[in-house]
Amino acid sequence: MESRKKRKLIEGMAFGVIRLSTVIICLALAIMLGFILVNGYKAINWTFLTEPPMDAMTKGGIFPAIVGTFYLTLGAITIAFPLGVASAIYLSEYAREGKMVRLIRIGINNLAGVPSVVFGLFGLGLFVVFLGFGSSILSGSLTLGFLILPVIIGASEEALKAVPQTYREASLALGGTRWQTIYRVVLPAALPGILTGSILGIGRAAGETAPIMFTAAAFYTTKLPSSVFDEVMALPYHIYVLATAGTHIDETRHLQYGTALVLIAFVLGINLVAIIIRTRIRRKQTY
Amino acid sequence: MSNKIKMATRNMSFYYGDFKAIEGITLEFSENQVTALIGPSGCGKSTFLRSLNRMNDIIPGTRVEGDVFLDGENIYASGMDMVEIRKRVGMVFQKPNPFPKTIFNDVAYGLRVNGVKNKSELQDRVEASLKAAAIWDEVKDRLNESALSLSGGQQQRLCIARALAIGPEVLLLDEPCSALDPIATQKIEELIRELKKNYTIIIVTHNMQQAARVSDVTAFFYMGRLIEVNKTEIMFTKPSIKQTEDYITGRFG
Repeated sequence: MESRKKRKLIEGMAFGVIRLSTVIICLALAIMLGFILVNGYKAINWTFLTEPPMDAMTKGGIFPAIVGTFYLTLGAITIAFPLGVASAIYLSEYAREGKMVRLIRIGINNLAGVPSVVFGLFGLGLFVVFLGFGSSILSGSLTLGFLILPVIIGASEEALKAVPQTYREASLALGGTRWQTIYRVVLPAALPGILTGSILGIGRAAGETAPIMFTAAAFYTTKLPSSVFDEVMALPYHIYVLATAGTHIDETRHLQYGTALVLIAFVLGINLVAIIIRTRIRRKQTY
Repeated sequence: MSNKIKMATRNMSFYYGDFKAIEGITLEFSENQVTALIGPSGCGKSTFLRSLNRMNDIIPGTRVEGDVFLDGENIYASGMDMVEIRKRVGMVFQKPNPFPKTIFNDVAYGLRVNGVKNKSELQDRVEASLKAAAIWDEVKDRLNESALSLSGGQQQRLCIARALAIGPEVLLLDEPCSALDPIATQKIEELIRELKKNYTIIIVTHNMQQAARVSDVTAFFYMGRLIEVNKTEIMFTKPSIKQTEDYITGRFG
């Protein structure tokens, strides 16, 4: 009886610790979001969302930064999604396991570990200077695209690997070619997982500052971009500028929180859309 | 056994890397007959079956020696089109494996990947296949429902219909009833007896009674070798090799 009591106690403690960890994490998130919300909501109004900054960025809005971040994120995902998914298909469906594939995987994993400021410098060297794209949406999107590539490759590969081998066998046994098997059976089955990975990538691309600092972001511009070769303002960089580089750091505090709130809402909004798309696909598939 | 030889292997061996899984098998399959492959787990009968439509090609590090003939043509000869062979030699797997698509699209899949686009042709052939697999009456009103909503036995008959849709000449069945209950099994067995009028059938089974019930010829495999092959009624009444008798009567395996 004694040992049974002891086992029960340990059981209770183990679950207590696990539950506590979860609560702490949720609490941290809630505090962070709450802090930004409380400090930032006063800055949010129609002018803030639709007007450019004014009076040395102490007044006005952040419209150019919203537009800029939207374009940069869209550009990054447009570049990274097809490249990433294609690489994942190659690694998981075509390439035979061996030294070469192991080497490629190590490369991708290392890419994921490279600090984002290094991506920024890489983008500056390759896209801005060498290829002559200048500081532009194109350079920034390419840099962000490369930054999130490992995330998308990793998630896509996992999703492809999770597709039951029996689907592939069934398709091949029915006279399907390898490509037909991938395109018609494996990819549709893996799509929800691939989208989940891409959501993470999008969130990361929208929030990064260092990679766009040298490649795309303008300190201040009221002009909206008219081509991919234009420089843009961006939300994360705007926060950085207001909080560290301006001459009116304290005066603009509420604008900083407001911008942060908009950025978080932007990322959560994109995630929400992706989750809706994913749920739709899942529902269609089991049907 | 007056029928024409549809498929045959000659001195065929199969390797997983350095491991020789089957060794020097020479076996013939007559047209419109059911051949059962029996033997204990790991004896190589499934590997052998999967070599007959080159399904093992997708497993890296494997290799075939010897010949496999389909209508006298070596399917492992260079220049043979794997996709073409798999269209002529259909396969049904151990576990029912319908795609997560509608019943109609599941059966139409093989037709579509082989270039059938015409809607009425698709409809006709899907219906004919489902009828041939004796499942039409159960699914005709729910063709747009998910194939996964069917019971296990229905799913397996759907998989047979799917295999029939592309018009194969040979049908390979890899323990098609091992995941099914006795009633579903009985239905599949009836179906097999019906299908042999039009197809050459090779079935791997762990179930002695099943082999005795459905097959015309039985081949006994053990440790990667073909031990004995004969008409089923002879194999099950007076096998000529002691090992066969021991296995069939349940003394080992």
